[in-house]
Amino acid sequence: MQPSNSGDVRYDDPWYDALASGWGASADAGVPPARREKVAVAAADVYLEVQRSEAFQEVRSRYRRFVLPAVALFFAWYVAYVVTATTVPEWMARPVAGAVNVGMLAGLGQFLTTFLLTWAYVRHARLRRDRAALELRWDAQELARGRGGAT
Amino acid sequence: MTGDHHVPALLLFGAFVAVTLGITTWVSRHRRGSAEEFYAGGRLFSPMENGFALAGDYMSAASFLGISGLIVLVGYDGMLYAVGFLVAWLVVLFLVAELVRNCGRFTLADVVAARMRERPVRIAAGTSSVTVSVLYLVAQMVGAGSLVALLLGGTGEAARTWTVIGVGALMVIYVSLGGMRATTWIQIVKAVLLLGGTVALTVLVLLRFHGDINRLLLTAAERSGHGEAFLAPGLAHGGDWTARFDFISLGLALVLGTAGLPHILSRFYTVPTARAARRSVVWAIGLIGGFYLMTIVLGFGAAAVVGPDAVRASSASGNTAVPLLALDLGGGAGSTGGTVLFAVVAAVAFATILAVVAGVTLASSASVAHDLYASLRRRRGEPRSEVAVARLAAVGIGVVAIALGLLARDLNVAFLVGLAFAVAASANLPVLLYSLFWRGFTTRGAVWAVYGGLIPAVVLVLLSPVVSGSPEALFPGVDFQLFPLQNPGLVSIPLGFLAGWLGTVTSAEVPDAARHAETEVRSLTGAGAA
Repeated sequence: MQPSNSGDVRYDDPWYDALASGWGASADAGVPPARREKVAVAAADVYLEVQRSEAFQEVRSRYRRFVLPAVALFFAWYVAYVVTATTVPEWMARPVAGAVNVGMLAGLGQFLTTFLLTWAYVRHARLRRDRAALELRWDAQELARGRGGAT
Repeated sequence: MTGDHHVPALLLFGAFVAVTLGITTWVSRHRRGSAEEFYAGGRLFSPMENGFALAGDYMSAASFLGISGLIVLVGYDGMLYAVGFLVAWLVVLFLVAELVRNCGRFTLADVVAARMRERPVRIAAGTSSVTVSVLYLVAQMVGAGSLVALLLGGTGEAARTWTVIGVGALMVIYVSLGGMRATTWIQIVKAVLLLGGTVALTVLVLLRFHGDINRLLLTAAERSGHGEAFLAPGLAHGGDWTARFDFISLGLALVLGTAGLPHILSRFYTVPTARAARRSVVWAIGLIGGFYLMTIVLGFGAAAVVGPDAVRASSASGNTAVPLLALDLGGGAGSTGGTVLFAVVAAVAFATILAVVAGVTLASSASVAHDLYASLRRRRGEPRSEVAVARLAAVGIGVVAIALGLLARDLNVAFLVGLAFAVAASANLPVLLYSLFWRGFTTRGAVWAVYGGLIPAVVLVLLSPVVSGSPEALFPGVDFQLFPLQNPGLVSIPLGFLAGWLGTVTSAEVPDAARHAETEVRSLTGAGAA
């Protein structure tokens, strides 16, 4: 869609419905449709503004700096496991202790890394991202509300 | 298996059906008929409740009975499935759950349509979501028919037909009357029952071997007749290179498909915030991981206690391994303990199927009403009427699933679950990831990504050995097989990503920076989330 088209935002766009309900009845009850449209347009500018803000860029890069390497890591480890198990099974059959062989350890290792990465992700999100994201959320909604009231 | 241990199993089936119908009526007491209530259960579930429901939606009878059965028959290679099913949740946790919760309302198409021209994108994403759901549903229906017949001994045609019709009717009642709220509670009850049953059996297996896992594995290897090879990969997928590539293809579909399953995605909308969505995935990973670890113990346990020969004699696919194990652990056929444990396992398997089909039906009725109906019909109705359409769609999907389930009842449809995952990974995941992460993604790219994954996946399966040209095929009499692999994922998943990229770079459309900003800010902060 061309940027210039953003003026004719339709009401059936899910986001603008969501905005109307998300802001609570006090802000929007009884607002005539034409006015609500202007609110939505102003809100779009708010998002561009927030996106350019330093605080948002920080949250985004913290998220990406954790998630992208983590995805690359577990995906490579999983593909390596599946490819090794199917192409060189004899390598996985090498005994380690008793009935336990390399394959068993690798399979349990997949479970273990899944649990560990889950824990690491949650910890990272809680300590490094949640507070800043919540502040940005309120800022964006405050800004949007301010614009809505001004138009 | 003789007739006397079927009576308690039937009583437990009946009790589960009564409880779930009770939940449905109780939940729909104060029904107001809003879309929020029908599709998302009012968004007020706690992370723990939603985590159990996610686990309930995901742990199908195919995992409970199928993976253990495979382990009994082919040893280590059965374990590979469990690993794929679990690791897939990291994709969900890292890339999908929170972001989708923040930018969508009810369906996958919401997330994509927010940035794009709504109509074509909704039609595309709605079509692929319904396709995935129907494939999954038919597999479950056919499975339900043969499973109940197998567990109850009545392999007669009539028993299977009525089981398929009964399961279909029940899932329609749950979904159309109770919506997401009833479906979620049914999932929670089912997850608790399934985990309870699995824990009990695992403890009994470990007690039988005095906690000595080494001896358990050695006994299993010895009884299998394969020796040490039973505990290493290769028995199922180690043959020719086609078999090896086939498993790699399935492995990719499993790990990437989960994040594109409509009934999993719609669960994230039942909690109030993205943080709650994250915590519900953590619960789900814990429960599902524990469940699959126990499934592996049960598989090797059944191989050691029951033995592959007895299992194969009862069902060629190994699906009866866990029920037979339960019978043995309880004291053998004819004993009270054996009868009770067998009944519990049979009832849990039945509950599992009912809950899974209800979840899938709800998700597909949401795709039909919220995406397809809303876009194909220009006049925008009140939200109330959309819910009415969704209830009707649930009935329609129920009828289609029953019809297909009956038609396919004698066919070997085990490949359908793998296919559903492959379609989800090829058609739904690329468009979802591009929309969330790629600034330059356009409407044409989105539409191409969906059809560019969906069409190759379906066409490759039609040309594969599961449809024609092999003795186990759907139509063994004819041969139009061109594609060697049973699972299309290895080819169709890259094609889906490629098509999305190609559609984007060839389109003249300038991506809307403001709407991209909106997606990005909303997805990471939750601003303006429903």
